[in-house]
Amino acid sequence: MTPTAEPPATGPSAFLPRSFRVAAVHRETAETRTLELQPVDGRPAPAFVPGQFTMVYVFGVGEVPMSITGDPARDDRLVHTVRVVGAVSRAIAGLRRGAEIGIRGPFGRGWPLTEALGRDLIIVAGGVGLAPLRPVIYHVRAHRAAFGRVSVLYGARTPDELLYRRELARWRRDGAIDLQVTVDRASAGWTGLVGVPTLRLRQLTIDPARTLALTCGPEVMMRYAVRELEHCGLDAAQVHLSMERNMQCAVGLCGHCQFGPDFLCRSGPVLRADRVLPRLAIREL
Amino acid sequence: MDTLEPLLAAHPFARHLSAAHLHVLVGCARNVRFDAGQFVFREGERADAFYLIRDGCIALEVATPTTTLTMMTLGAGEVLGWSWLFPPYRWKFDARAVEPTRAIALDAQCLRTKSETDHDLGYELLKQFALMVEQRLHATRLQLLNAYDANG
Ligand SMILES: Cc1cc2nc3c(=O)[nH]c(=O)nc-3n(C[C@H](O)[C@H](O)[C@H](O)COP(=O)(O)OP(=O)(O)OC[C@H]3O[C@@H](n4cnc5c(N)ncnc54)[C@H](O)[C@@H]3O)c2cc1C
Repeated sequence: MTPTAEPPATGPSAFLPRSFRVAAVHRETAETRTLELQPVDGRPAPAFVPGQFTMVYVFGVGEVPMSITGDPARDDRLVHTVRVVGAVSRAIAGLRRGAEIGIRGPFGRGWPLTEALGRDLIIVAGGVGLAPLRPVIYHVRAHRAAFGRVSVLYGARTPDELLYRRELARWRRDGAIDLQVTVDRASAGWTGLVGVPTLRLRQLTIDPARTLALTCGPEVMMRYAVRELEHCGLDAAQVHLSMERNMQCAVGLCGHCQFGPDFLCRSGPVLRADRVLPRLAIREL
Repeated sequence: MDTLEPLLAAHPFARHLSAAHLHVLVGCARNVRFDAGQFVFREGERADAFYLIRDGCIALEVATPTTTLTMMTLGAGEVLGWSWLFPPYRWKFDARAVEPTRAIALDAQCLRTKSETDHDLGYELLKQFALMVEQRLHATRLQLLNAYDANG
């Protein structure tokens, strides 16, 4: 039932891109699009563990890592949310329905969902950092009784920059999890929370001994999230974060994603905070 | 007689206070509630209380000629207002309930007087407020950083 934090994929899918067709494109924000992809060969989309990523290859442009952001229980499509920052991400975001792209993977170690069973979960996400955490939320909601209290703190700069707005509204309404959405800057009409998500941590009722925290977002935010969680009584070893620094081969060969002793594509992208935190603030790494 | 002591003791603000100090605070406390849209206080008014929010949500706002800007929101377990601590004891923002909100109001004059005679109490209160100011300043810096825009 609970997907485990799988080691990297091997076999042909690790090296040879498989063709996928864009089945739908959703505009999330001015700079982000969510793509639903279906395998061209008609077989199921690959199984994945929440937190894993694929290498998305746009023919003639290039290949980049993207977190899988769909529901892990569905095998009819692969879902990615892409934010435009450069050539390849712009090409992906510009794809239309029917376009074909190549996918390798899934790769990497995902969130520790087996360890999370029966525990309280705190999820702190910032900006597009919600993308790799959304599969965790799908999974938790589908197996709600298997987890304790679940709090999701999600922040973005402005209301217009929030991902998955309709889904968030639905999740807030049904109350299966405690979801708090906050923005740095409110615009007219915003009646929700204003402020950074990490500040809200101290307002949660936390039982440190039975809590696990997962975070993904800008590195600055993750650093402060870990410190705040420590203030709330958690040990850095109870906090897991997804390190989305850039990578190339995704199979631990090229060394592009080396981060201290780790190759992020193999030992990550999800890593325990006590392992990465000392290195996060080092400027040269 | 019913007192506010259990409500006050349940609020995170009171977590580090001794029983004796808590007892003093109860003497300056009253229960309040605000409807959605109701102002708790407005910019320029006398800061004669601070509020321990029990539930609901309060927005700190600044009105400009054309619009109202929300700087931050405060919810259950948080503390609203520190202008009561510093002369000239005037609010610098509007505070408005975004949803029905219950809070404990602590009378500023009462606490200022008690703090002058009991410096231990005054020191405890100042420590709590200094911590809160530090947290809010830090949060404001994060807001200013525009961290979501930077890659990584
Ligand atoms: C495991 C993993 C998962 C990821 N998941 C997602 C996702 O779900 N959605 C998404 O939009 N992006 C994701 N990314 C980031 C994405 O891979 C990069 O944005 C992409 O590679 C940029 O390629 P480009 O050609 O568009 O831009 P480039 O021309 O390569 O870069 C443009 C600018 O962005 C900076 N940049 C590029 N990549 C990164 C990065 N990873 N971290 C910080 N700065 C970077 C560059 O330094 C440069 O300044 C993920 C990265 C990793 C490692």
